[in-house]
Amino acid sequence: MINRRYFSLTLLLLAVISGMAVGQRKINTKVQQPQVNEINRQIRVVWDDYGLKPAEPASEGEWCRRLYLDLLGRIPSVEELKEFTSSKSRNKREELVNKLLYDETYVEEYARNWTTIWTNILIGRTGGNDNNSMISREGMQKYLRDTFARNKPYDRMVHELVAAEGNTEPGTENFNGAANFLIDKVNEEQASQATASVSQIFMGLQVQCTQCHNHPFNEWRQQKYWEMNAFFRQANARRVGNRRDQSGMGSILGDRDFRGEGARPDVTQAVVYYEERSGYSRTAFPVFVDGTAIARDGRVKEVNRREELANLITQSEYMDKAAVNRLWGHFLGYGFTKPIDDLGPHNNPSHPGLLEYLGSEFRKSSYNTKDLISWIVLSEAYALSSKITSVNSSDDPALGESPKFSHFYLRQMRAEELYESLVVATQAAGNRGSYEEQEQLKNRWLQQFTSAFGTDEGDETTTFNGTIPQILMMFNGDLIKRATGEQPGGFLDQIAKTPMPGNKKIEYLYMSALARRPTKDELELAQVFLNLHEQDSTAALSDVWWLVLNSSEFIFNH
Amino acid sequence: MNLSTPNGMSRRHFMRHLAGASALSGSALAMGHTLRSNAAELAQNRKSAILLWMGGGPSTMDIWDLKTGHRNGGEFRPISTSGDVQISEHMPKFARHMDKMAVVRSMSTREADHGRGRYYMHTGYVPSQNIEHPSYGSVIAHELSEQRPELEIPPFVSVGGDSVGPGFLGMAWSPFSVSSNGQVRNLNLNMDVNRLSARRLALMQLEKKYMDDQNRGLAVKEHMDVIDKTFKLMTSQQMSAFKIDQESEAVRERYGQNGFGNGCLMARRLVETGVPFIEVSLGGWDNHQNIFPTLRDKLPVMDQAMSALVEDLEQRGLLQDTAIIWMGEFSRTPNINGNAGRDHWARSWSTVVGGAGINGGISVGETSPDGTQVITEPYTSEDLMASVCHALGISLETTFTSRSGRPMKIANSGRMIKELFA
Repeated sequence: MINRRYFSLTLLLLAVISGMAVGQRKINTKVQQPQVNEINRQIRVVWDDYGLKPAEPASEGEWCRRLYLDLLGRIPSVEELKEFTSSKSRNKREELVNKLLYDETYVEEYARNWTTIWTNILIGRTGGNDNNSMISREGMQKYLRDTFARNKPYDRMVHELVAAEGNTEPGTENFNGAANFLIDKVNEEQASQATASVSQIFMGLQVQCTQCHNHPFNEWRQQKYWEMNAFFRQANARRVGNRRDQSGMGSILGDRDFRGEGARPDVTQAVVYYEERSGYSRTAFPVFVDGTAIARDGRVKEVNRREELANLITQSEYMDKAAVNRLWGHFLGYGFTKPIDDLGPHNNPSHPGLLEYLGSEFRKSSYNTKDLISWIVLSEAYALSSKITSVNSSDDPALGESPKFSHFYLRQMRAEELYESLVVATQAAGNRGSYEEQEQLKNRWLQQFTSAFGTDEGDETTTFNGTIPQILMMFNGDLIKRATGEQPGGFLDQIAKTPMPGNKKIEYLYMSALARRPTKDELELAQVFLNLHEQDSTAALSDVWWLVLNSSEFIFNH
Repeated sequence: MNLSTPNGMSRRHFMRHLAGASALSGSALAMGHTLRSNAAELAQNRKSAILLWMGGGPSTMDIWDLKTGHRNGGEFRPISTSGDVQISEHMPKFARHMDKMAVVRSMSTREADHGRGRYYMHTGYVPSQNIEHPSYGSVIAHELSEQRPELEIPPFVSVGGDSVGPGFLGMAWSPFSVSSNGQVRNLNLNMDVNRLSARRLALMQLEKKYMDDQNRGLAVKEHMDVIDKTFKLMTSQQMSAFKIDQESEAVRERYGQNGFGNGCLMARRLVETGVPFIEVSLGGWDNHQNIFPTLRDKLPVMDQAMSALVEDLEQRGLLQDTAIIWMGEFSRTPNINGNAGRDHWARSWSTVVGGAGINGGISVGETSPDGTQVITEPYTSEDLMASVCHALGISLETTFTSRSGRPMKIANSGRMIKELFA
């Protein structure tokens, strides 16, 4: 049994390594899609303006690793890498992008990755982890997984999340996973969190500070805040059953008539009152940020305010730009604004024309997220090396400069990406259990890095940020212990037992983790470890694998 | 044999080192540092600071600056203390230590959003798109680390929360976040120390080569720095400072066996070990509703832990060199809202400081009878930070250079609060 397994692994390894292309082949970077050409043109204009020259192109392996990480949330396997590098097609990059986006094989992983990303955006890394929470994390993920597996148009997703009604818990009558986004944001403090989150996430408008006063650095006024807030005043969240032991019954997000505030409320003119800093009371009705007012009636059967808001958002340019900026930032490391979800008039984008252009093209594509993704990842900027040279060293957004994208901005993997990458690299995918079990296992592992700030807004932070707790995990954590384990039949043991020469084994490890072959120096270093262990090659491989996994080159998407 | 950083070592030389390593005995390879007892020498003239961070924004009108008789005043009564200042009846234990502490009642700030307020109170700067400022802990650790070359564990420890980052000072000055139970995750490695040494040497070499051969920016260098610090800490005896279970049951009870109690106890142990900055978090102050029942439960926990901390520091002679800062990101509205809670309020509120030579038993400044205005000279985050730096012997002329080359005065040029030192 074991014999057969490692025999087949040997064949695989040999095939993989012999198929590796040596050196760089010229690739056809001229792409058919006009959007890609336009991105390249506008990015180049800024380089010229600042006298910058682009970095050299990234190697094929680097580009391929990037693409897998950014699209699927994990690094490529050696087999996948080889398939790409050995392809002789002139359009190999476009072919790989299409394969990862549209091939059946990758649907689940694509959906998993974007579900992770959007879960963190919508309910944070901790939402639903607390037993007492109204959020069902599983319900949120179920909705998102379905959304991304079916490649639902972006505007539909936004509409569904903003206007969601139904039960948060999978398996209940009226289950609607989308309800988990707002379920814990509508009841407290006159729905201030719903107001702030919806504005920030879907429109790139930071309104939270203007709840209490006009903000000196923000054009958004207090009046606008409350007009936006008025859209959420029918919304209501309630638990089904009122005891905690009736778990599994979920919570229901719904709408009920809003009678209006004040001494003599009039439901047909359902008004919101707020207080200016000066002490004056003012009134607000639902008015969208562009000035579009809706009917003031507070009765749900007359006017469903969240439904109206969802319509207005999905028709607005704010949504287009916010979506483009978020995706651009995901792939290029920096958005056109910093932070990516602040597109207010006080925060000028680095490439206003490009932001506008991509927003309108996104709309024209009927909000096909995969189209937008393919334009971005096939662009010249996405294919540049992360090596900084004298001709572009001034392009460093970490110094507070606006990004020019003249070299790739290296960044650390997210914790989720590390987790999935290790599963792939150590071929542990076979014995992972059901999808739900896998996600629960991962979620439990992730919790070690997350801590909350102790506010009602549930803001939180992660220690998977390059600091000591992360390094300790990479040195000694269970995940790494398993990956570098020397047990018989394990990943390293299988490699060790193949009849390949030692150098080829080391090469396999480098290809698995770094998408490249080891240098001569690195091979020599590995040889030292072989000598140290008196040719116990599993132990030596364990040392080398540990080193590779702890290197910058592994943990950084570069 | 120094195995810490193979700086400047040639590859061949390094290979020889590694090749020879297997032949060496374990003791020769014991990670290149000496073990020291944390004896009295550490305590000599070494300043530290403990920030008690009250996440969410506690209502200081119900704790430090009560307004009895006004409708904003709420449900609590003031009590007398060992100092010339009254505080809430729910802080009876700490009242006995008020002679060592000062209440600054004239804080007036402008950031009433959690994220912005947290940043501003931690750094002295408002958030900016172009620059990340270093937090209290990073600044003070950076300034005081030179005093203690023997420190093998991070100079900035954050207990039970995550604090604010090091900004342009760099990852090496990040808070080391630990849980208040004293367990540092993933610290135990089940590996022979020789083998670890070999890995260490090889990893540092690989990283250095990657950094030198290819410029991929600061992140790579920082990664290497943090790896180096992690190696140091992994085998350090000083890590026992985190082990609060080494304290007797009686001591632990005195602090309170809860997150904040444990955190304060750990802070004391860390100060004794020579860590210059410790932040201990206590969250849950965002009391938009039912504030009074919540505070009735919460304040005793805080009261117990804080008083045990001050008592221990004083008894050990450490209080004179240790600044204690109590604050949140802002406070809460004097007006009590319709849900019997208080909302965010930054215009007039209190912080508490003490130790490290700061005058005790006093209150600084005054708010109006309804609590809505500071009627004396208002103080800001910058001023408080400048005062703490001054108490710790850090010059207010200290200037940092941001990554883009901009000079930045420590504490954003805040003015020292004179009454704290007069």
